[in-house]
Amino acid sequence: MTAPTVESPAAKAGDAPKRAVKPKVHWRTRLRRDWPLLLMAAPMMILVWGFWWIPTLGNVVAFQDYKPYTGGIFGSRLVGFTHFQMLFSDPEFMRAMVNTLSITAFQLVFYFPVPIMLALLMHSLVSAKLRSLLQSVVYLPYFFSWVLVIAIFQQMLGGAGLLNQLLRAGGFEGVDWMTDPDTFLLLVTSQAIWKDAGFGAIIFLAALAAIDPNLYEAAAVDGAGRWRRLWHITLPGIRPVIVLLLILRLGDALNVGFEQFFLQRSAVGSQASEVFDTFVYYSGIRTGDFDYGAAAGLFKGVVGLVLILAANKAAHMMGERGVYSKS
Amino acid sequence: MSAVKRAAWEERPTVAGKATKGAAIVVIALLVLFPLYTIALTSLSSSETVNRVGGLVVWPGDGITFDAYEQMFRNPVVLRSLIVSLAITAVGTVVSVVVSVLGAYSLSRPGSFGHKTILFSVLMMFVVFPGLIPVYLWVSAIGLRDNYLAIILPMAVSAFNVVVLRAFFMSIPQELFDAARIDGAGEFRVLWQIVAPLSKAVISVVTLFYAVAYWNNWFNAFLYLDDTSKWPLALVLRTYVVESAPLPQASGLSNAPPTLAVKMAIVMIAIVPALIIYPFVQKHFKKGVIIGAVKG
Repeated sequence: MTAPTVESPAAKAGDAPKRAVKPKVHWRTRLRRDWPLLLMAAPMMILVWGFWWIPTLGNVVAFQDYKPYTGGIFGSRLVGFTHFQMLFSDPEFMRAMVNTLSITAFQLVFYFPVPIMLALLMHSLVSAKLRSLLQSVVYLPYFFSWVLVIAIFQQMLGGAGLLNQLLRAGGFEGVDWMTDPDTFLLLVTSQAIWKDAGFGAIIFLAALAAIDPNLYEAAAVDGAGRWRRLWHITLPGIRPVIVLLLILRLGDALNVGFEQFFLQRSAVGSQASEVFDTFVYYSGIRTGDFDYGAAAGLFKGVVGLVLILAANKAAHMMGERGVYSKS
Repeated sequence: MSAVKRAAWEERPTVAGKATKGAAIVVIALLVLFPLYTIALTSLSSSETVNRVGGLVVWPGDGITFDAYEQMFRNPVVLRSLIVSLAITAVGTVVSVVVSVLGAYSLSRPGSFGHKTILFSVLMMFVVFPGLIPVYLWVSAIGLRDNYLAIILPMAVSAFNVVVLRAFFMSIPQELFDAARIDGAGEFRVLWQIVAPLSKAVISVVTLFYAVAYWNNWFNAFLYLDDTSKWPLALVLRTYVVESAPLPQASGLSNAPPTLAVKMAIVMIAIVPALIIYPFVQKHFKKGVIIGAVKG
């Protein structure tokens, strides 16, 4: 009854190139056979096109003198790259760029290693019960919203927070970490660690679990102590994952998250907390210069795309799969 | 004798090593749990206790009261926002999971009609983003302002979740499908009777991800809901607790800025759903459902 299937039972994303050899089935036959699949994909496609790809086309406003009420997207005049030229002479945009890049750089040094160290710690626990308990605890904050995380940090480190409560009780002067622009980098990095480092350890734990235990045994028999085993077996074992995530993070250098900075901008001031995404919001939606904000967003998107593609290329060159290997 | 199993070749742990590791574990656990503990305790304390301590309550012993929760639920704004959040989360999650499972299943069949186009438009979502302004203009233009759909629809499909589901579906032995098809089962039957039961773990993880995203979302509401009476809890939390602003439209008793205990009660309400669902789903993280899927 069923139409002859062309794909081999084990057809997987990986053997895409081989598919060319398979007998070509006429598209009408395939349509008759696959319409239920198309029906299944339809709601997803409507949402993906309706709320992702159609708005993406709306980026033309970045090249327009966009008049939201009188012109709209079809009636506004094209102005070419004017907004982009304006961006580069806008000190606030430059500050957003500098802030974004310094946050990325700072977090590469001070955030990136934390999930690795956490994974090493959890992996080294012999008691499965203890490890499972610790995992449950450190994964938890990943599921909290930024609003919640910042509310919690306010209560701990803020001017009226617990730390200051204790400091004042001890006769010291209080420090309000939540509003100090000088320590903002430190603050956002600790928040990121508190929220995400635990969950970020998952991928390293998986890599650690995949290391062949015989290697450890052989090394131990040869007299390697625990530190030498860590250095010569464990770390090389997870190096591919580390390299991959490092490259991906570099490809994502312009993305430091929006909510975390948006929520703290009023407390810390834009000098320290303005990043690309908050700049887009404030210059575009808040002030109503939609065209200008869209230009900032588009600039970030295009540079980000180039960075991601370059990073993925680098990952492939190092023999890694990258994020979107040809599937 | 401890119940732990250690390989025969492994050294016994040194006392110093054990102590360091133990201390590290305790510190890490405290860093996560202590703030939650003191927030929970404060929300359960009377306003006298909070005033006397002058901030968060750290030591138990002053008795527990649900005054703050009572006050919070008497505030119409908070109560309504809680209902709004629950409804958005419930409806949004059902829509997202159904749409994603169907879509991922259709994408798990290479060589089918339109497969490459559909897959491409999903995978490209990882690298090309529409940007805030165009989405804002579009959602406003199609008349979704002040409509709850403006919160749900833009975030209804997560490419990541679709890819996770698809990878899992593709890892199911194809012989099962072939057998079912020879028996005359259509695609919907195959999905419902073969794939779905085998994929309970990954579907529950994806459900959690979607539910958490809806529950935590406040920015879409902030952008598109001009009518403050439609606000979800997360936005109330942001306005009331993080910004310490007086609540909008709160008449009578709630015009005064909220007391600390009430604020902490709102924080607890925002946390609790995650705490309740989490234990049921987290075992799948440890089994590596996501990792396996992402790598596959």
